[in-house]
Amino acid sequence: MRYLPLTDTDRGEMLAVIGAPSIDDLFVDVPEIARLDGPIHDLPMHASELAVERHMSALARRNLSAGEAPFFLGCGAYKHHVPASVDHLIQRGEFLTAYTPYQPEIAQGTLQMLFEFQTQVARLLGTDVANASMYDGSTACWEAIGMARRITKRGKAILSSGLHPHYVSVAKTMAKYTGDALETSAPTLTADTDIDTLIAAIDADTSCVVVQYPDILGRIADLRPLADACHAHKALLIAVVTEPVALGAIMSPGEMDADIVVGEGQSIGVGLQFGGPYVGLFGCKDKYVRQMPGRLCGETVDADGRRGFVLTLSTREQHIRREKATSNICTNSGLCALAFSVHMTLLGEAGLRALAATNHAGAVAAAERLAQVPGVRVINETFFNEFTVDLGQEARPIVRALADRGILAGVSLGRLYPGEDALANGLVIAVTETTTAEDVETLAAALQEVLA
Amino acid sequence: MNAINQSGWRPTAPQQGSSAAPTFTGNKGLMLEEALIFEIGDTHTTGVEVAEPVTATTKLGNLARTAPIGLPGLSEPETVRHYTRLSRQNYAIDLGLFPLGSCTMKHNPRLNEKVARLPGFADIHPLQPVDTVQGALGVINELAVWLIKLTGMHGVAMSPKAGAHGELCGILCIKAALEARGEGHRKVILVPESAHGTNPATAAFAGFKVEDIPATAQGRVDTAALKARLGPDVAGVMITNPNTCGLFERDLKAISDAVHAAGGYVYCDGANFNAIVGRVRPGDLGIDAMHINLHKTFSTPHGGGGPGSGPVVLSEALSPYGPLPFTERYADGHITLVEEETVGDRHPDSFGRMTAFHGQMGMFTRALTYILSHGADGLRQVAEDAVLNANYILRSLDGVLDAPFGDSGPCMHEALFSDDNLADGFSTIDIAKGLIDEGYHPMTMYFPLVVHGAMLVEPTETESKAALDQFIGALRSVAERAKAGDKALKTAPHFAPRSRLDETLAARKPVLVWKEPVPVAEAAE
Repeated sequence: MRYLPLTDTDRGEMLAVIGAPSIDDLFVDVPEIARLDGPIHDLPMHASELAVERHMSALARRNLSAGEAPFFLGCGAYKHHVPASVDHLIQRGEFLTAYTPYQPEIAQGTLQMLFEFQTQVARLLGTDVANASMYDGSTACWEAIGMARRITKRGKAILSSGLHPHYVSVAKTMAKYTGDALETSAPTLTADTDIDTLIAAIDADTSCVVVQYPDILGRIADLRPLADACHAHKALLIAVVTEPVALGAIMSPGEMDADIVVGEGQSIGVGLQFGGPYVGLFGCKDKYVRQMPGRLCGETVDADGRRGFVLTLSTREQHIRREKATSNICTNSGLCALAFSVHMTLLGEAGLRALAATNHAGAVAAAERLAQVPGVRVINETFFNEFTVDLGQEARPIVRALADRGILAGVSLGRLYPGEDALANGLVIAVTETTTAEDVETLAAALQEVLA
Repeated sequence: MNAINQSGWRPTAPQQGSSAAPTFTGNKGLMLEEALIFEIGDTHTTGVEVAEPVTATTKLGNLARTAPIGLPGLSEPETVRHYTRLSRQNYAIDLGLFPLGSCTMKHNPRLNEKVARLPGFADIHPLQPVDTVQGALGVINELAVWLIKLTGMHGVAMSPKAGAHGELCGILCIKAALEARGEGHRKVILVPESAHGTNPATAAFAGFKVEDIPATAQGRVDTAALKARLGPDVAGVMITNPNTCGLFERDLKAISDAVHAAGGYVYCDGANFNAIVGRVRPGDLGIDAMHINLHKTFSTPHGGGGPGSGPVVLSEALSPYGPLPFTERYADGHITLVEEETVGDRHPDSFGRMTAFHGQMGMFTRALTYILSHGADGLRQVAEDAVLNANYILRSLDGVLDAPFGDSGPCMHEALFSDDNLADGFSTIDIAKGLIDEGYHPMTMYFPLVVHGAMLVEPTETESKAALDQFIGALRSVAERAKAGDKALKTAPHFAPRSRLDETLAARKPVLVWKEPVPVAEAAE
């Protein structure tokens, strides 16, 4: 029990100060029925550092990690190279082991970083302001729908068919209890996005339209006509970005007049980690800032006139507003926000643009190569680093067969859209700077064999 | 003027004739002022080298970016220095005792970090074929088993991303269970004053009407008032145990029985589970749902504001309604992931998905590592030492600070004080800021609301007696100065990177992003 520093001598001395004969006397308020007289049965006792590390390493070895295989999975989580200094800096104890910065005088490190993060995110998303992060992209998306309801006083949200189906699921779960009406459908395996359909669906009850950019199949659509249509009906346009690296290559949703832009920031600085922790990005227009959920860091001055930073506008938060709080956010993803901010600082605009260009070029080359495989049809006319192929047969068994050959081949739409037969042949393939030409060749050759 | 001075940060000019002249850099004990990245970086600098694109063909439609984004870059050495300098302006558990009540800041073992970074955990995708992630599913499943056995519950929902998210999960389970029973008309959730402030927010967010139940003069739920309010419109209660006054809710079993008899469910906020782990199973007290903040009880680092992780243990009555996805282990050891595809046949009552993927996997590995290190015996010792340390602080300050519930029985994980016996004009914030000058992060201030000028001190189980004695000495010294009316306390902290910050200004005129300063000539026009 190497993490518990008290000795039995200490314990005895402390009990004497307290005036309790034994430790059991400190648990007298626990009713008899709930007292345990010793360690819970059939659970193991304490173990050494070596033993624990061996156990956990054995579990880790039972996973096929992305670095061990040609790897093409995306759909909301992307494998990018994270510079070594990012992980070094987030492991500094003063960042890693700090709490929420409630005492700003001794938390300026975290607070200045959050202020820098907010500015980076606002610029990347093209919004006036951004918050200090959310749990992840999917919950940020749901919080944005709630924010649109509060601003417009309307309860109908229209979700694009190109929105990540898990994000749709999260919104559906919450809508059951908040009373929002959600309209949505599954995508089609074509190059066409649903912008025109969305525009036609907007009416006087619509609080918002939620559109993913690039969408779940990788397609990129101009959001400006949709923004105009939303605003003509006094509805909000919410854009969702699951691959923020794309914004180094294409216009941001904010530049196309989206009112709220949310995103999954995992691509910048945060590892795949089997789905979490990730970092939700959340930006909006200035005029909506007091309806924005989540933590905010603001600039101010100290008693000596020096610039400093504090958490601000916290009167919207749960622990203060109690039943009048406007969101489910209590904390943020502070450490992941730090990773994002450090990586973004290392990249800078020049590095982000170069990274985006490399991702895109690699994906274009991969799409061209895979299109040569008999039976493979690339459906996209536009994409960034992720595109969808129609395999002409069910993709899920193909993915399993390729996994048996040590290739992690992409996300089958059958897994994302169970029961949607029209999508079962679709496979979404992501290519990043970590993908080599040899990886693409390996995938193409294996696909050719498996499809034959 | 020196060129460096043109940026937004404010070096203090050395003053003539002063014996203790401030330095140009603001250096005090090697603590340098640090500019913002926007003031020292530029959009052409980068600290990474990216491979050249292999082809110039683009498929971006007509949306290729032309306008600048405005993201400054720094070289790698500058980046490392910037963030290292910022880190030195933070207090952290690695630097000293962090006595935030209800927030449980304990030692964060580095073994946890090492294990979480094994490629087999850190570098796997949430949508990989399940056969390629059996070890990761094994972690989730093994942690789930520990959580179920330690709490004496029936099932566990692993995906909630934080404590508040876990609260919402539990409340949604209650709602789904009521609707399945055809009792969706039960719209009232009772929340005692001794519960966490997030509890009413969660209940209201899920569409319930929140009614407060008063606390007794002893700092516990007024059981009689609660029982009197039960009826056919009550969906359940949300109780924090040990509660936010630091006390064990003695009547919890009787309350649970009464709530169940009245057709409701019992939600327990398990944020303070470290005070009872291995000594009390909440399931034995009739709890239906309880979230466990992994960072609080199982030492995952909080990182200056998250990430959190809030698995929710569930009773047999609520387990069928828990969220997707979850794991199931077969007799042969194979583990499946139950998602939308399979849920219809086998788990028709799940209320759905709360987050895109499987929850905070990186936190699960850390928590499981900590749990295995302690084992069943060590976790029991965790509770004992947490409670011992808190009571030691409470009793060591007898007569120094007012302890409003000091006679209500032993405290559990935290000791609660008030500002009642300070000099006129002095309050909790002065104690807090005085503690900063002593080299400590302050305790939780002005919470819980049931106590005037509350100071909630939680030492946790990973503090030594020597560390506690030093902290007690510092707190006693500051308290005695506040009782004596020492005016220097009113302007504390004096030895922190910043003196008191103007929080009102920040809220009245929010500046949330950095903007280029307007040149002086233009501003004058």
